[in-house]
Amino acid sequence: MTVNLTLLTVMGALYACGIYLILERSLTRVLLGLMLLANATNLLILATGGYAGLAPFFSKDTDPAAYNDPLPQALILTSIVISFAVTAFMLGIIYRTWVLARQDDIQDDIEDRRVAETPSFDAEDDAVIPVETSEFPLPMRGPDGSAVAEPTATVEVGGRILLAEHAALEEKPGSANITGADTDTDTDGGAK
Amino acid sequence: MNLASLAPLAVVLPILGAALTFVLIRHSRAQRAVSISLLSLTLLLECLLLASVWNGGTAAVNIGGWLPPWGIVLVVDQFSSLMLVVSSAVSLAVLVYATGQGMADGDQDAPVSIFHPTYLILVAGVSNAFLSGDLFNLYVGFEILLTASYVLMTLGGTGPRIRAGVTYVVVSVVSSVLFLIAIAMVYGATGTINMADLAIKLSELDQGTKTLLHVMLLVAFGIKAAVFPLSFWLPDSYPTAPAPVTAVFAGLLTKVGVYAMVRTETLLFPGDSLNTPLMVVALLTMVIGILGALAQSDIKRLLSFTLVSHIGYMVFGLAMSSVAGLAAAVFYVAHHITIQTSLFLVTGLIERRGGSSSVDRLAGLAKLSPLLALLFFVPAMNLAGIPPFSGFLGKLGLIQAGIGLGTPLAYALVIGGVLTSLLTLLAVARVWNRAFWRKAEDAEHPDPVLLAVPAPEGGATAVRLLPRTMVGSTLGLVVLGVALTVFAGPLFQVADQSAAAMLDRSAYIQAVLGDGAPVPALALSGGGK
Repeated sequence: MTVNLTLLTVMGALYACGIYLILERSLTRVLLGLMLLANATNLLILATGGYAGLAPFFSKDTDPAAYNDPLPQALILTSIVISFAVTAFMLGIIYRTWVLARQDDIQDDIEDRRVAETPSFDAEDDAVIPVETSEFPLPMRGPDGSAVAEPTATVEVGGRILLAEHAALEEKPGSANITGADTDTDTDGGAK
Repeated sequence: MNLASLAPLAVVLPILGAALTFVLIRHSRAQRAVSISLLSLTLLLECLLLASVWNGGTAAVNIGGWLPPWGIVLVVDQFSSLMLVVSSAVSLAVLVYATGQGMADGDQDAPVSIFHPTYLILVAGVSNAFLSGDLFNLYVGFEILLTASYVLMTLGGTGPRIRAGVTYVVVSVVSSVLFLIAIAMVYGATGTINMADLAIKLSELDQGTKTLLHVMLLVAFGIKAAVFPLSFWLPDSYPTAPAPVTAVFAGLLTKVGVYAMVRTETLLFPGDSLNTPLMVVALLTMVIGILGALAQSDIKRLLSFTLVSHIGYMVFGLAMSSVAGLAAAVFYVAHHITIQTSLFLVTGLIERRGGSSSVDRLAGLAKLSPLLALLFFVPAMNLAGIPPFSGFLGKLGLIQAGIGLGTPLAYALVIGGVLTSLLTLLAVARVWNRAFWRKAEDAEHPDPVLLAVPAPEGGATAVRLLPRTMVGSTLGLVVLGVALTVFAGPLFQVADQSAAAMLDRSAYIQAVLGDGAPVPALALSGGGK
């Protein structure tokens, strides 16, 4: 199989630009990148058909090798239609993002951020278990009958050492460190 | 006329339904009737297809009368028809659930008018991908289902859904471009894209080219199937969609990727050249996926991570390329489609009844709604692989096959599989303990719905919160999951036969190319074990 060098060079350039663009954070650039990638792939499919030949209308006098291979072109037509649909949809999404958030950037996943910042300490699973777990309220006693000292279990959260009960308080939604994270993203977005 | 020549109807009927429901877009009652009846008809047809190949055999249909290496061919064998039946049964249940939700909410959360046509196109794409006998038609099937899924994912166009939709669309488009590049390379190297023809022609290529094509296809399918290093898009994008949409995505879309991987591995590239990397990837998918699930407090996110993790089991079965391993993988795919979908549907119900899908805010549901507790408990235990259920049988089959293989890596995977099963149990037990067992007063931030004093006629409130159609369809899926356990014997037999047929390849190649087609000798070194 022979390959057209011009086609190959153009394809390589399109791939390079496309990959560069989809790594951007701006949605419009990502869309342009996807379009370039789709077109580069169309050129790749075209190249698999070999050099240009005669249009594939059957005639008895023509040598079969003189025809162009019609299959890659049929494939390209299908793939152009598909990339057209995807591009239209992406434009719709970008417009919607603009209407909703007045920005063209890819947004962060807030729940993902929240999980990432949650301390490994879990108030319910990991809290210090009282020795007495009966339903009847009794003063807390150790096994030898003496009063149990104040719980002093500590956890390490984000480089700070905290009392376990304080860490439990911080874990709640709406508490200091979580709302802090939200405000950060907001100001970040507003600055752009 | 044999029954298999009706196979194209499995694609045509849903598309016809999509056209009709689109015409009926202002008549929601007629729309519901059309979509449910056409999908039921498709399911019936696919049951007939499965029955026609139940005892083995492969049938091929040439679309438009074009002969195989040139025209489009649809192939019905045990694996593809089993996948068709399971996927249609699941999508029918989800459709009923979604119409129930749409009716109960007055079409607020899920705009039903555009939902029905899009949903039916999704089903058509899934059927097309399962039936397709050539690579480009497989690509078209993927694109049909992906384009429909883009619309379903961003239904309503709220902020979080658009954010999730962007990730999903971009990742899917990139994986499709990779798949298309792989198709172009395959065509350039062999001059054909018919899979049966490729099975013959690829074996004549030199090893380097073959490996390149193999890796390209596996990476493209790996993104769609959410296999470990390529899986990060999934938990980011699935949880925000409406409950029925997430359910059908979780059940079907990744499994289409797994199906394509199975076909590539068995039909196009038999032998064990990439089995070792696949096994490593399977181990990482299982373990890292489930560790992600343990960190989540939102049930939908947790389930998305278990979804990723359990894809690892299927890749494990596939990577062994033995009859036992592949049969277990086939069984596991059927089991997992049903169970994962029913869990997502139950989560939708939990969200309605408890007002939230976060385990930090849920409590006391077992007392409020024992039926809901049962509906969650059965598939959750099934997912974790507790003995009587099909999840246990599938994992047992995989572990037996792994021990049968006997390599150190296979043993590592067996240990990883057992560990993942235990960690899955831990993850779902945590949901169970918090959302169902603990008292609402013990929760730190219970949702106000949970603390509300039940009305004197409590029944009326419960019906409004949990519409009967939604509970009914969820119950139907849970029962289907249990039925997979009860009829595991015949099902495993079919899985065994289909695995043997897939590894043998001659039935497939001869069904497509005619009886005289030369079947290449299997270049297996260790695959036949």
